[in-house]
Amino acid sequence: MTTRIDRRFAALAAENRAALVTYLMAGDPDPATSLEVFHAMAKAGADVLEIGMAFTDPMADGPSIQAAGLRALQAGMTLKKTLALVADFRKTDNDTPVVLMGYYNPIYVMGVDKFLAAAQEAGVDGLIVVDLPPEEDDELCIPALKAGLNFIRLATPTTDDKRLPSVLNNTSGFVYYVSLTGITGAAIADYGKVGAAVGRIKGHTKLPVAVGFGVKTADNARQIASQADGVVVGTALVDALKKSLDADNKATAGTVEAVASLVRELAGGVSAGRKVAAE
Amino acid sequence: MNQQTPNSFSTGPDDHGRFGIFGGRFVAETLMPLILDLEAAYEQAKTDPAFHAEIAHLHTHYVGRPSPLYLAERLTEHLGGAKVYFKRDELNHTGAHKINNVLGQILLARRMGKKRIIAETGAGQHGVATATACAKYGLECVVYMGAVDVERQKPNVFRMKMLGATVVPVQSGARTLKDAMNEALRDWVTNVENTFYCIGTAAGPHPYPAMVRDFQSIIGKEAKEQVLAAEGRLPDSIIACIGGGSNAIGLFHPFLDDKSVAIYGVEAAGHGLNVENGHAASLAGGKPGVLHGNRTYLLMDDDGQILEGHSISAGLDYPGIGPEHAWLRDVGRVTYLSATDKEALAAFQLCSQLEGIIPALEPAHALAKVMELAPKLPRDHVMVMNMCGRGDKDIFAVAEHLGGM
Repeated sequence: MTTRIDRRFAALAAENRAALVTYLMAGDPDPATSLEVFHAMAKAGADVLEIGMAFTDPMADGPSIQAAGLRALQAGMTLKKTLALVADFRKTDNDTPVVLMGYYNPIYVMGVDKFLAAAQEAGVDGLIVVDLPPEEDDELCIPALKAGLNFIRLATPTTDDKRLPSVLNNTSGFVYYVSLTGITGAAIADYGKVGAAVGRIKGHTKLPVAVGFGVKTADNARQIASQADGVVVGTALVDALKKSLDADNKATAGTVEAVASLVRELAGGVSAGRKVAAE
Repeated sequence: MNQQTPNSFSTGPDDHGRFGIFGGRFVAETLMPLILDLEAAYEQAKTDPAFHAEIAHLHTHYVGRPSPLYLAERLTEHLGGAKVYFKRDELNHTGAHKINNVLGQILLARRMGKKRIIAETGAGQHGVATATACAKYGLECVVYMGAVDVERQKPNVFRMKMLGATVVPVQSGARTLKDAMNEALRDWVTNVENTFYCIGTAAGPHPYPAMVRDFQSIIGKEAKEQVLAAEGRLPDSIIACIGGGSNAIGLFHPFLDDKSVAIYGVEAAGHGLNVENGHAASLAGGKPGVLHGNRTYLLMDDDGQILEGHSISAGLDYPGIGPEHAWLRDVGRVTYLSATDKEALAAFQLCSQLEGIIPALEPAHALAKVMELAPKLPRDHVMVMNMCGRGDKDIFAVAEHLGGM
C-alpha cells in the first residue's frame, strides 16, 4: 500500500529534485486563515505539508512554535478541529501529502483507534509524534502502520549506528533527520556534517531522508537539498506568518502572501540545490 | 476492581519502566540514547557497594541522617486520638528531603563523567539541594524556575545564587513548575552531550521514577527501624504530602508490603476540588495522560491540553504525579486524600504553635489530614507523618495570606 507521501517522493526522485517539506501550526492564527495558507503553500511549491497539532507543552519546540501553538489554542483549536481542517483541505487538494506533527497526549486522550480512524477519514497520510520513541512503538506506531498511515520517525545526531536500525525499523514514508541536538528554531552549525549524516542513515534504509531544524533561507534550503531527499522548514515559516499578524495576533490582508512568498523562495532554493549536485 | 492484587507492591517498574500502565519513556529521540545510558549506569551503580558506601557516608556526615522520629506530644494531646510521630526530614541539610535524591543523582552524574547539571524547581527546595551538591563537587549548575515561583520563593533564589548556581526564570505558560520542567527538557535536548538532568521528583521518563524513589527510600527504611525501636511494632498508618510525590514514595515504599500499615497520600486541593483549574490534585481531579516522559494522572481538558493547577504551595502546584503513585492508587494500596490551601495554612500555624516546628507548606497539607484523621482513631493507633521540609522559605508568603503578622 502506498501513500501520497510515498508517491510524491518517488515522483520527485524521478525529477532528480528534493522535496520541500513545510511546517505550520494548524489554526494559527485561526482555522479559516490556516486553511487558506495551506492551499497557498501547496500552490507556491510545498511538496509535503507538515501540519502541527497544538499542544500546551511542546517540549521539543523553541519559542516560535511554542507561541504558534498558543495562538492556535487561543483561537479554539483542538485535535478534532485540526482533523476537520485537513478534511476541508482535502476537498480541493487530493494530491499534496499531509503529515500531522505533534505530541502524544491529545491523541492518547482522544483514543488511538478513534484518532486513527478520523485521521484516515480526513485524508492524513502520515504522523510525526515527537515523544514516541521506538521503545513506545506499541502505543501508536504499530496501530498507525496497520491502519495504512506512514509513521515518520526522527533520527538525530545522538542516534548512533547501534541504535539506528531500531529507529528505522517501523519508520515509513520518509526519515526526518534532525540536524542538531536541540529544539526547533536553532541554527545549523555545520552544513558539512549533514551530508555525512544523511549518508550514514541511507546506509541503513531505502527510505528518503529529509533534513530539518535550522533551515531558514533559500540558500540554506539549496545547501540541504544538494545533500538530502527533502528539506524541512518550520520555524522560518511560522515567523513569517507571525510577522504578518496585527498587534492582537489576528490575520491581515498580507498573511497568506507572506507565507506563500517565502515558500516560493525556498522552493527556488530547493530546485537550485539539486542542479548544483547534478553538475 | 478487576485488577488482580499483586503478590508484592514493591517490585515495579517492569523492564519497560512501567508500573501497570503508568510510567514509560515518552521522550524525543534525541534524549533516548542518553536515557538508556543513564539506566545502564544506574543499574551498575546499584550493584556497586562503593556507590552505596559513598551515599551512606554523605548521609551521616553531610546531610545529618538518620533524621529523628519525633513523637509530637502536644499535637497528639490536642487531637485526642492517634499517637502522631513526625519523620523529621526537615532537619536535613538544606531543609528538606530533596537532598537525599540529589546526592544520589550527582554521584551518578560524576560516575558518568557529566560536568554540567540542570534542574527544575518549584518551591526552590530541589534547586537549592542541587546547587548545594554542585557546589560541593565543583559542577556547573543551571536551575530552571517559573518566573512566578522566583517571585514567591525569593529566599531560595538567593540561596541558589549564593551557592553559585545560575537561576533561569521561565516565562512560558503559567510560569510555574510545569513550565520550568519543559524548559529544563529543552536545555537537555540541546546540551545532551555534557549535561545531566537532575529531576527533583519521582516522575519523568524511566529510570527516573524508580531511581528517585530508591534514593528517597532511606526515609521509609529509617522510619521503620525507628518506629520498631520506639513502639516495638509497625505503625498503623503513615502519611505524606504529594506533588510529584518523591517524599511520599520514599516513606511509603519500604512499607508497601506491610499489609497492616494503612498508607495515605495528600494532594493539594488549592481553592477546592470543585473549583475548575483551582487545585493541583491530579489523582482526585485528573485522568491518565502522557507528559514529561511518563504516563500518569494529569490535570487536563477534554482535548488533552494540560491545565496549570493551583496550590498555595509552590512545591505541590504541578498538574501531574509520579507514575508509581498513579499505579498505587489504581491497585488500591494507597489512599489518596487532599487538603485545601486554607486547611494547610491552619495546620501550618497549629504545628508552629504546639510543637515549635514551622513546617513547609507542603507537609502542612499532610498535617491537615493528620488533624482530620487522628481524632477519630484510638489512642494506641501509631501514625507517622513525613515532615519533609521546613517552613522558613514560606514565612513571607504565609504572612501575606494571613494579612501580615
